[in-house]
Amino acid sequence: MHELSIAQGIWDIARQHLPEGERIQAVKVEVGLLSGVVPESLEFCFEMVVSDTPAKGAQLIIDRIPIHAGCRDCGADFQVEGATFLCPSCRSPNTRVTAGADLRVVEIELADTKGKAS
Amino acid sequence: MSIITIERRVLEKNDQVAQQNRDLFRSHGILAVNVVSSPGAGKTSIIEQTLDTLGGVMKVAVIEGDCQTDFDAQRVARYRVPVVQIVTNGGCHLEAQLVRNALAAMELEAVELLIIENVGNLVCPANYDLGEAMKIVVLSTTEGEDKPLKYPGMFRNASVLIINKTDLLPYLAIDLAALRRHALAINPDLLIFETSCTTGAGIADWCGWLQARRAGSL
Repeated sequence: MHELSIAQGIWDIARQHLPEGERIQAVKVEVGLLSGVVPESLEFCFEMVVSDTPAKGAQLIIDRIPIHAGCRDCGADFQVEGATFLCPSCRSPNTRVTAGADLRVVEIELADTKGKAS
Repeated sequence: MSIITIERRVLEKNDQVAQQNRDLFRSHGILAVNVVSSPGAGKTSIIEQTLDTLGGVMKVAVIEGDCQTDFDAQRVARYRVPVVQIVTNGGCHLEAQLVRNALAAMELEAVELLIIENVGNLVCPANYDLGEAMKIVVLSTTEGEDKPLKYPGMFRNASVLIINKTDLLPYLAIDLAALRRHALAINPDLLIFETSCTTGAGIADWCGWLQARRAGSL
């Protein structure tokens, strides 16, 4: 259940990029499948964290990133399926995770502010 | 509608503090290890055995992380080593800043080996760098051989696996060879020790390695 501190971290980063007086209607994040974060739980926590902020009600758009690895022996790049990190080309266990371990805030989408159009 | 591109890692703040901790450990010649496991696997017992073996040989200090209580700090304090208890109040993992705060209460010049006992949890602590040289994952024989496959993040991020409670093997159906195979499939670089804190089996090997690792890490 570290989604609460992850949600807090997402908001801490997002608010640093939010221009004065603007509101956020969506935050896009990348969640690696090896990051140990449960997306549904993250959505729940995010809603709670921003409930009293200019991002109240903002949608959390979660892009789930598959785990990719590279083989240190034969150089093949592959997507990790299930729980095996073996290289599918040469069966080597000597592999390095290249994607899917990270959590990133990609972008924020600002809400259309009333009165700006007129 | 306007979009502002950010592209920042969520845990960047934790990682920055972890790097500061790491620099601090390096400048003081401290080997810091982050001990992780599910609740009840035997982290505290292994730390007690380690203190019993290395306490007179090396200057050891301990940081204890728990959701509640200072029971573990009390257990460890009996070995007359500096110990700081972090109570996370329900928090499921230690973060770099909590360790940094704990370090402020420690005399770092008097430490060669710092053992950080994380909150019992095989998921969340995997992603929080505390500035340690390595994660040590403890798995007890009663937990079954499938755990590395169920918690790949933790086993992938650890450098050492301690299979604990080997004295119970005669009573269990666990396939130890399969456990090793699964762990190495997730992380072929894992160094594996087998211990029993009841009989003391394997503790000398583990402590000998830890001592050598600290000597080589300087």
